[in-house]
Amino acid sequence: MSVKSVLIVGVGGQGTLLASKLLGSVLVSCGFDVKVSEVHGMSQRGGSVVTYVRYGEEVASPIIDLGEADVILSFEKLEAARYLPYLKKGGVIVTNTQQIDPMPVITGAADYPSNIVSDIEAMGVRVVTCDALEIAKKAGSVKAVNVVLLGVLARNLDIEREVWLTAVEENVPPKFRELNLNAFNMAYDG
Amino acid sequence: MKKLLLGNEAVARGLYEAGVTVVSSYPGTPSTEITENAATYEEIYAEWSPNEKVSAEVAIGASIGGARSFCAMKHVGLNVAADPIYTASYTGVGAGFVIGVADDPGMHSSQNEQDSRNHAIGAKLPMLEPSDSEECRTYTKLAYELSEQFDTPVILRLTTRVAHSRSLTELEERAVPALKEYKKNPAKNVMLPGYARGKHVIVEKRTLDLISYAETSGINRVEMNSTEIGVITSGISYCYAKEALGDKASYLKLGMVNPLPAKLIEDFAKSVKKVYVIEELDPVIEKHCKSLGVELTGKDLFPICGEYSQTTVRNLVLGEQTESKSLDVNIPIRPPAMCCGCTHRGVFYTLKKLKLTVSGDIGCYTLGASAPLGAMDWCVCMGASVSALHGFNKARGEAAEKSSVAVIGDSTFMHSGITSLVDIAYNKSNSVTLILDNSITGMTGHQQNPTTGKTLKGDPAAAVSLEKLCAAVGIGRVEVVDPYDLGELERVIRQELSADEPSVIICRRPCALLKYVKHSPPLAINDKCKKCKACMNIGCPAISVHDGNVEIDSTQCVGCGVCKQLCKFGAIE
Repeated sequence: MSVKSVLIVGVGGQGTLLASKLLGSVLVSCGFDVKVSEVHGMSQRGGSVVTYVRYGEEVASPIIDLGEADVILSFEKLEAARYLPYLKKGGVIVTNTQQIDPMPVITGAADYPSNIVSDIEAMGVRVVTCDALEIAKKAGSVKAVNVVLLGVLARNLDIEREVWLTAVEENVPPKFRELNLNAFNMAYDG
Repeated sequence: MKKLLLGNEAVARGLYEAGVTVVSSYPGTPSTEITENAATYEEIYAEWSPNEKVSAEVAIGASIGGARSFCAMKHVGLNVAADPIYTASYTGVGAGFVIGVADDPGMHSSQNEQDSRNHAIGAKLPMLEPSDSEECRTYTKLAYELSEQFDTPVILRLTTRVAHSRSLTELEERAVPALKEYKKNPAKNVMLPGYARGKHVIVEKRTLDLISYAETSGINRVEMNSTEIGVITSGISYCYAKEALGDKASYLKLGMVNPLPAKLIEDFAKSVKKVYVIEELDPVIEKHCKSLGVELTGKDLFPICGEYSQTTVRNLVLGEQTESKSLDVNIPIRPPAMCCGCTHRGVFYTLKKLKLTVSGDIGCYTLGASAPLGAMDWCVCMGASVSALHGFNKARGEAAEKSSVAVIGDSTFMHSGITSLVDIAYNKSNSVTLILDNSITGMTGHQQNPTTGKTLKGDPAAAVSLEKLCAAVGIGRVEVVDPYDLGELERVIRQELSADEPSVIICRRPCALLKYVKHSPPLAINDKCKKCKACMNIGCPAISVHDGNVEIDSTQCVGCGVCKQLCKFGAIE
């Protein structure tokens, strides 16, 4: 198979790093060569963050550039719009419908664009939406947003549920295991 | 079984497998996780040192003492550690000594984009550069063999995309060489001019030996495919070139980027029709190739600034353009911001309110330069806030002294602010220094430091008292305030600016992200709100306006109460 690229984008603090780590271990247990590239440090402080996950028979570069992502998994609507140019023709966007205002919107220097999802759809792009915050709250913690979104992504990738559940079990602390497994299943079952 | 390891984790694994027993570092993105992961191995003594110079000296001492040792730092940290490292090049090693340095092309989390290969050339040290996590592990181990074989410190150079990418890595057993016998040897280890002159000759000879090694060892390897294009490259650029060009090009992948081979390069260049040198940042390999008379395309086509990607290579070498589409709306930028409940926010709000000139430093609080706080005038390097304020005040006199302050974090103050404060006390300027003490090294992700009372491994440690330290260097006026208390903070800053002697204000409260910090319930806006938006002036990510109404996001608010102090109408509770 050719190399597949999943771009994970969001706002620093939303848990995109754990999501990419989980996805990475799922793909490794499926027998793929995998490269994951993360951003640490300054950009994590509430800034726009991006993580690259690439898998296939043999992966050379760990990063994803413009027009190369098969899937964009977005933790926040505006970030889906920001990284749209990274989507490959025919690619899919999976996005949380949560809105988190960036500083220029908070200070009134800029407006948060309205109708982001429908505008992207109008360009002929397939967009899968999910109110991940709501599902995470139902599962028991707003911090489970990342696992909820992985559940939605999982529905759109051809990998068995059990593999995902094992990865969740192995990558979250024991006291949050039940909560995260629930959050994943709620999202996966739609 | 192969494991998916971060480049930095794989370096730590390499240290473990190579039998390293002493690791000393100062945190710095993107190098921090090497040391954090090394510390998880019981067999390795690992510490956070106060700064990179100290960390390198600890590792030098351990090496002289016969143990394999290591220190890690970011690229600018290598400037701090350059002094001991340049001379350790002359002394050579006892047991193997390796310096890990992580460059940051694209400046994801750095104040400059310097290329550490220039230091390897300057210090005359061999430098290895891995391309992925498996090479991070194997090159780390090789570095120790080379260090002992050639009697030299070795630099392991990473860049952000290697340090912070995960790829599949083999795991091998640890092999610990016996502690080497220590024998006093002044001619080798005491760098008096008389001894150092002899050592310099040895260093030059060593470089020639290393070049011979570079010509024939497997670390620099040729991959022949199509002979239309030949790419000379190293590190992450090799990955980008492979991704973009695949079998359309042949490659000379350089695993050792200093010193560089000559014949290997000449032979490779002769075997292909057109040579490209693909390297991020400075034209180091390119200049070397040109000095050999190799005709090539390099920085005339590729940029010196910023990061590359496979697209860069595809566009510039093959002339292929990427197809991509974007939304036709203005997408507001999302710059990093201080976290909700950040203890620095009220400080910068107050400094802006008082219209002060602010000498800045490196840490989370550098974000005080961003809108809407915008309360920072300059920021150069670790520790510079304190000494640069002193210089500014010496240049501009009393008016400046009464209207300017320096801000520096607890960890940065330990790193290199202390000597600057000594300068203020010793050379008498009425400078006001604010130590923003959040009881942790924040920006790099919560590392312990000498003020926190804990070591890297979590054991109890002596904690430096900032109050006593400032007093001991000759500062007569030291105040401690809670940065959440805006009224008191403003009163103390005004009081110290009007004093006629140097002073230090310690703004003390633990970082709101620390696990042991208990948060208050989230605040909310009540119906007394007049929509004056005074609370928006602190730039808290939890506060926003929707349809003209001010809202506090209860999922983000940690109840710090700073915004509440700005509201004249009692509308926040």
